[in-house]
Amino acid sequence: MADKRIPTVIAEDVHITYRVHGAQNKDTSPLGALKRIVRRQPSGVVREVHAVKGVSFTAYEGEAIGLIGSNGSGKSTLLRAVAGVLPSNQGSIYTKGQPSLLGVNAALINDLSGERNAQLGCLAMGMTIEQSRQATPQIIDFSGINERGDFGSLPMRTYSSGMAARLKFAIAVAKRHEVLLIDEALATGDALFRRKSEERVRELRAEAGTVFLVSHSLSSIRDTCERVIWLESGVIKADGPTEDVVPEYEAFANKK
Amino acid sequence: MADAVVTEPYPALAPAQLAARHGLRVAGARPGLVEYVRRLWDYRHFIVAFANARNIATFSSAKLGQLWHVLTPLTNAGVYFLIFGVILGTNKGIENFVGFLCAGIFIFGYTQQVVMAGTKAITDNMNLIRALQFPRASLPIAATITQLQQMLFAIAVLLGIVLVTGEPITLKWLTLIPLLLLQTLFNVGMAMLFARLGSKIMDLKQIVPFLLRTWLYASGVFFSLGKAIADAPHTVKVLLQLNPMVPFIELTREALLQDSGVPPESVTEMWLVAAGWAVVLGVGGFIYFWRGEKEYGRG
Repeated sequence: MADKRIPTVIAEDVHITYRVHGAQNKDTSPLGALKRIVRRQPSGVVREVHAVKGVSFTAYEGEAIGLIGSNGSGKSTLLRAVAGVLPSNQGSIYTKGQPSLLGVNAALINDLSGERNAQLGCLAMGMTIEQSRQATPQIIDFSGINERGDFGSLPMRTYSSGMAARLKFAIAVAKRHEVLLIDEALATGDALFRRKSEERVRELRAEAGTVFLVSHSLSSIRDTCERVIWLESGVIKADGPTEDVVPEYEAFANKK
Repeated sequence: MADAVVTEPYPALAPAQLAARHGLRVAGARPGLVEYVRRLWDYRHFIVAFANARNIATFSSAKLGQLWHVLTPLTNAGVYFLIFGVILGTNKGIENFVGFLCAGIFIFGYTQQVVMAGTKAITDNMNLIRALQFPRASLPIAATITQLQQMLFAIAVLLGIVLVTGEPITLKWLTLIPLLLLQTLFNVGMAMLFARLGSKIMDLKQIVPFLLRTWLYASGVFFSLGKAIADAPHTVKVLLQLNPMVPFIELTREALLQDSGVPPESVTEMWLVAAGWAVVLGVGGFIYFWRGEKEYGRG
């Protein structure tokens, strides 16, 4: 029976390390930097972070999977690796089509208007110029940023963080994705927008996609996902139905 | 019932076999060179839109706005003319020193800006790289196009300066078109080379301005290189002749100025040097950049 389901993402013993530049040293003076070079100590400025340590799972078509865990447990890093934007050092990830990563950090150009950003975002996702032109009004409409006057033509730096997050979400869901990766996006925006976006996520799932959702809001995980992967310090602690894993995680979090 | 299936974390088949059976690809794998070029072509609208966006964003908060595209090269020329033409008086022996100087500054400035933008093309767009999957070469190419657009304004200003200083319009002006194309190909290669280097060597951003300034003085922007190195040893002369910026600058002067100081017998040679550099860097830079494609997200 398991073989009849179509896998969309397969991860096999994945390890991911990324580099952080600009980490702080104890001695930040020029003399301190010289001392480290003379003594051949490693420069503390570049630090490697081993964020994901041997993760394996298989996701199937039509599933919505929640990723939970404490801050810094490697959830966002894992999503980036599935999206193919962060290479894994060891192990491999196979995906169906090009997964689309939707994060609150997906940076657009702040000096440009919301409409131009929407169009640029569509092109970056690989749409043609006509498709992006058609999609732009729908994106602005869905994001609801024009409800308080004409914000679509104002530069994005003038937006509140909630408005910017709504626009980013609207851009990412404008295209039909086989695999959609959502990084905490549902937590932003007001109650109305949350309902709209949860509805859209359900629609995308109905279109036979797989949805991954990273969130600290357990209620939105309960509402949208039937399977949950619990990551802790880069290792999978539990992988199973929401009603089993979430209480386990809650017990763990309360104990701390 | 459905839950029982969902909980099963491992399928019966090995992951790689299962992936192959259902046509799954390795996430973020580097495509072949031909496939990469094809994908890049699919992203041409994104590249142009991104380049335009950068250009618009540059002056979006300035009151004079897009007028600065013209004012910047004009002010630039004015400053250099004041220092070298009026105060220091380097213009001895060169008839139209203003035209001579502006041609050098604008042509060199194009490559200079591209190298600086290329160095930052990956590091400054890390958020975009870590959010979306697209051919990363789009970024250095877009950086080059942004500068090309500014270069077109600069060329228009340059033609105006040349006319005002009394040079006639000739058919030779047309040679500026292939010359600009060659320099753009050269610049795309430079942008890709420095984009990959800059993504690995964080300190490059600090070094590049000094490299560029040394290059500037070795390219005869402010003075006639031929006269300055008349007594120099043979190896120095050969090295300077191989400097890719020299033919780009000298051929521009040759096209625009009646008395450019460029020996007529060296023109063909300069075209060959320019074309050679353009092809070597254009192709080499692209392949070098493509080989690092997978790594750009890591930082």
